[in-house]
Amino acid sequence: MNHLTRRPALLRWLFIAPALVYMAAFFGYPLVRNLLMSFQHYTPTTYFTGEAPFNGLDNWRAVLADPLFTDALWHTALFTAGSLLGQFTIGLALAVFFSRRFRLAGPIRAVLLLPWLVPMVVSAVVWRRILDQEHGVLNTFLRGLGLSDGGVPWLSSPSVALLSAVLVNIWIGIPFNMVILYGGLQEIPRELYEAAALDGARPWRAFRSITLPMLRPVITVVLVLGFMSTVKILDLILALTAGGPADATQTLGTVTYQLSFLRLDFGQGAVVGTVLILVSAVFAVLYLRANRADFGKGK
Amino acid sequence: MPSRTARPVLAAVTAGAAVALGLTGCASAPDPGTVTVLNSATDTAEHTKNQKFFDRCARPLGLRVEQLSVPADQVSSKALRMASSHSLPDILELDGSELPQFALTGGLRPLDDLGVDTSGFSRSAVSLGSYQGTRYGVARSANSLALYYNPDLLAKAGVEPPRTWAELRTAARELTRDGTYGLAFSATPDADGVYQFLPFFWSSGGDEARLGDGGGAKALGLWKQLVADRSVSKAVVNWNQQDVNDQFVAGRAAMMINGPWQVPVLDAQKKTRWAVATIPVPEAGGTAVAPIGGTVMTVPKSDTPEREKNAAKILDCLNTPRNQLAWGKATNNVPTRTTAARSYAEQSPKLAPFTELVATARSRTARVGTRWPAVGDALAGAFQSVLTGRSSPEAALRRAQQQASTGK
Repeated sequence: MNHLTRRPALLRWLFIAPALVYMAAFFGYPLVRNLLMSFQHYTPTTYFTGEAPFNGLDNWRAVLADPLFTDALWHTALFTAGSLLGQFTIGLALAVFFSRRFRLAGPIRAVLLLPWLVPMVVSAVVWRRILDQEHGVLNTFLRGLGLSDGGVPWLSSPSVALLSAVLVNIWIGIPFNMVILYGGLQEIPRELYEAAALDGARPWRAFRSITLPMLRPVITVVLVLGFMSTVKILDLILALTAGGPADATQTLGTVTYQLSFLRLDFGQGAVVGTVLILVSAVFAVLYLRANRADFGKGK
Repeated sequence: MPSRTARPVLAAVTAGAAVALGLTGCASAPDPGTVTVLNSATDTAEHTKNQKFFDRCARPLGLRVEQLSVPADQVSSKALRMASSHSLPDILELDGSELPQFALTGGLRPLDDLGVDTSGFSRSAVSLGSYQGTRYGVARSANSLALYYNPDLLAKAGVEPPRTWAELRTAARELTRDGTYGLAFSATPDADGVYQFLPFFWSSGGDEARLGDGGGAKALGLWKQLVADRSVSKAVVNWNQQDVNDQFVAGRAAMMINGPWQVPVLDAQKKTRWAVATIPVPEAGGTAVAPIGGTVMTVPKSDTPEREKNAAKILDCLNTPRNQLAWGKATNNVPTRTTAARSYAEQSPKLAPFTELVATARSRTARVGTRWPAVGDALAGAFQSVLTGRSSPEAALRRAQQQASTGK
């Protein structure tokens, strides 16, 4: 008897087990490891001897006391907010544009996807050339139009470089936003627009009262995924400015890279890594709550 | 039904066992006749060139050499991963500036213990391969930085290659034309820019162990003036050494600071003629102190003494004066044995300034050891904030001092 009643419970666990083991091994372990590491004196010696003495809050104190960390935090916030705003607005505009059927819509949309296919480092290297103050295509173009004589110091002025990095990242992120939002738009029943038109709604009103609310779950997904990939940005910045000029484009990603892989102080690198994880976790929770609310409403 | 539920358990167990076996099985036992090398020769031509020299040395000893090459900036992290799984290669080729961090771990065998011949090397090369007085690495050849110039543009402007900073400033100003800057150097906030700043910093009495004492402020002042004179582009804060070479080749810079590794690129083009002069010094009669760069071959400790001995034999063979000379000529780098360097200077007169500079060049880690990465970052912060007008040279160095000391 006992045997039979226990079976469903066991069965349930067996179904969950693979996912659980997978999560524990590939998400749980690295997370816990990284957190522990941030309290350890973890250096190249550790790799040879296996010893990483705990050093309390030393790593945290050292990282938090460095003015560069505060700068990087601020830059990361600006970079992420700016990138998401630009990517999302332009991506949505293009998605709405392409959801009307017209000639060549398909091929043009395909061309717009190209930035997504190019590896980020390649895009960054190309953009570094385009944005070069002296001989970059962009400044040559502006000079030709008579809009600038000295050339805009896109990457060579600390006050402009972060903006340039944001612009490049917007360019990179548009296709992703466009594709997902376009998919979401296809799901909205045409009848709603027809009904709205009969009621005399103009396009802007239809967009606000039908498109945006119906698209909400998709918008949340796009923004949260965009946030996750933007907040940890590293390769783009390394190839574009290497964090310069004068640390103007240092982000949490570049700081953790520098600490871990150039100074080989893995403990301090883990501190910044942990901060990044915490920031992402906050947004992940917000995302889950938003999703649950949507399900609750039966959407 | 019941019999079915048992299956997933079995499957899970076997899968888990397979994973566990796979993880332990990856540290394969190397063949005793093979010497393994970890280096950064990812470029096919470079890889082949290396293999030729390895084979030449290994064959008479009845050995085989296997190279594992990863990009230069990944060598140290790859080596650390290998160390944690006890699978380090027999020869680990590190950048000279990374040696102290590895020597400190105690995982490298001192070369004297292995009887590697370490005599007859230039003092700078010895210092490049040493940590706290112990020799851990041998550099077959080394590089430094010098002043490249375009003889055609200099002749047209009636300018001689500058020898002092004052002459450099005047020459750069006179060579600057529409579309051509007098001089180009790299001032990126990474290893490239720091390397390029050092000959100026050191020649004017800068001390990396005491950044704040003002010795290098003059060097920052010079860079700032050159940009303010418009003889150097403001974009140098974004130009790595490759970009600087591109500018020079395109005729957009009449002079540049660069290393001998650019020679193949310079030789491959017909458009721009080039010549090399030594690095200008602050005052006439002063000595240029340039940085010494390059890789050093080290021998990680192994459980089998035989493997370390084989590695030592290969190192000795690669560093005979003859092999050093041949390697130096193949890579345009200066041999580190004084006798080989002398023959090299005679046989490659065009690169003679490098030979002189390398002999007296200074190692980045000689004074600050494992703190070099933090000091280098601090220096980069200093020249970047001066060049972008964020800070005066003195204030920048004071801040750098602070950064370097908190950065452990």
